[in-house]
Amino acid sequence: MVSALPSIDTVWEWLDAVPDPEIPVISLVDLGIIRGVVWEDDKLIVNVTPTYSGCPATSIINLDIETALRGKGIKKLELKRQLSPPWTTDWLSKKGRKALEEYGIAPPQPAGGPAKCPQCGSDNLSRISQFGSTPCKAQWRCDDCLEPFDYFKCI
Amino acid sequence: MTRNEALFQFLLRLGDNTGILSHRVSEWIGHAPVLEEDIALANTALDLIGQTTFWLELAGEVEGKGRTADNLAYLRDAWDYRNLLLVERPNGDFGKTMMRQFLFDAWQSLMLGKLLTSTDPRVAEIAAKASKEVAYHLERSADTVVGLGDGTDESHNRMQAALDDLWDYTGEMFISDEVDEVLAAANIAPKAASLKTEWEELVGHILRDATLTIPDSSYTHKGGKSGVHTEHLGFILADMQFLQRAYPGATW
Repeated sequence: MVSALPSIDTVWEWLDAVPDPEIPVISLVDLGIIRGVVWEDDKLIVNVTPTYSGCPATSIINLDIETALRGKGIKKLELKRQLSPPWTTDWLSKKGRKALEEYGIAPPQPAGGPAKCPQCGSDNLSRISQFGSTPCKAQWRCDDCLEPFDYFKCI
Repeated sequence: MTRNEALFQFLLRLGDNTGILSHRVSEWIGHAPVLEEDIALANTALDLIGQTTFWLELAGEVEGKGRTADNLAYLRDAWDYRNLLLVERPNGDFGKTMMRQFLFDAWQSLMLGKLLTSTDPRVAEIAAKASKEVAYHLERSADTVVGLGDGTDESHNRMQAALDDLWDYTGEMFISDEVDEVLAAANIAPKAASLKTEWEELVGHILRDATLTIPDSSYTHKGGKSGVHTEHLGFILADMQFLQRAYPGATW
């Protein structure tokens, strides 16, 4: 008997509903860390790449993926860690970048710093620290509205 | 020495360098001069822990005796550690910590750059991941060395003292031995000595900008890469390994 397995597109939709545990306004798919979803017979294989080597959210992310997919009735599931190619902020989705900015986190820019203040839009900015509250962020300040804000580091 | 034996030793060296330096840097948490530096140091330590996990995991796989990254980190004694003596040096003041970080970051960035083309794909993929993080570490540590070196008289003097103290520990990075010979022949890793010229150029350029003088000394403290450590490593391990030694196999 061939049971109807959910399509790969459906699984991607489910994963796109799993929020990043540290920045819950974007999904794991928006973050670009889901690198592959395939069926091997009746087993679902999900490849996940870490953002930063030591990101403490990695194990929570795996747990959240597993919980979400089990909740959708996936019985046989394997999560594989994929290191190569290394994660880059180029993989952030357009939707994710927009959601970050609306939330008050400036999205990554190739120039290496935020384009504008996520609060008032000014480009009169200074860097407070190269690092921030999570491995993927740095701290900046707007010199016009004086609000400090997080910048999503570009790597 | 077989290729796998050499690779195991080499992976321990990489993983122990980042592991011990991570522990040293983490000693600053809650003590750094300003909050932003505290956060930066904690994040640097975190990247280094992640890299340690990758290297030691692979070391365990190459060794083939079923040891995990945790087994290797928490259940080896000092003589089985293979890190450079430089990374076990005490933190000293903030300037000295950043000088040590800079000297190491410069070396690590060059080493990882060479490992990107390793014939062992497992080594190459960890190097690709880590090198992005290390480029960021180097940018920060180099900026800080320049800022403090070319800063006030007080900060300049402290950075010069840090350089004077640490310089004799840098030569160990470039001493090649049988491990390097075996791996270089297989194009898995470069010979240690082959990084020296590039490192001296990179470090020399930043130290000049920092108005600091490289000590006129050719003495080299060595031994870490073969397990002969300074008295400091035992104290680090006593702290780092306490839980697994007192409560073997504890998990949470």
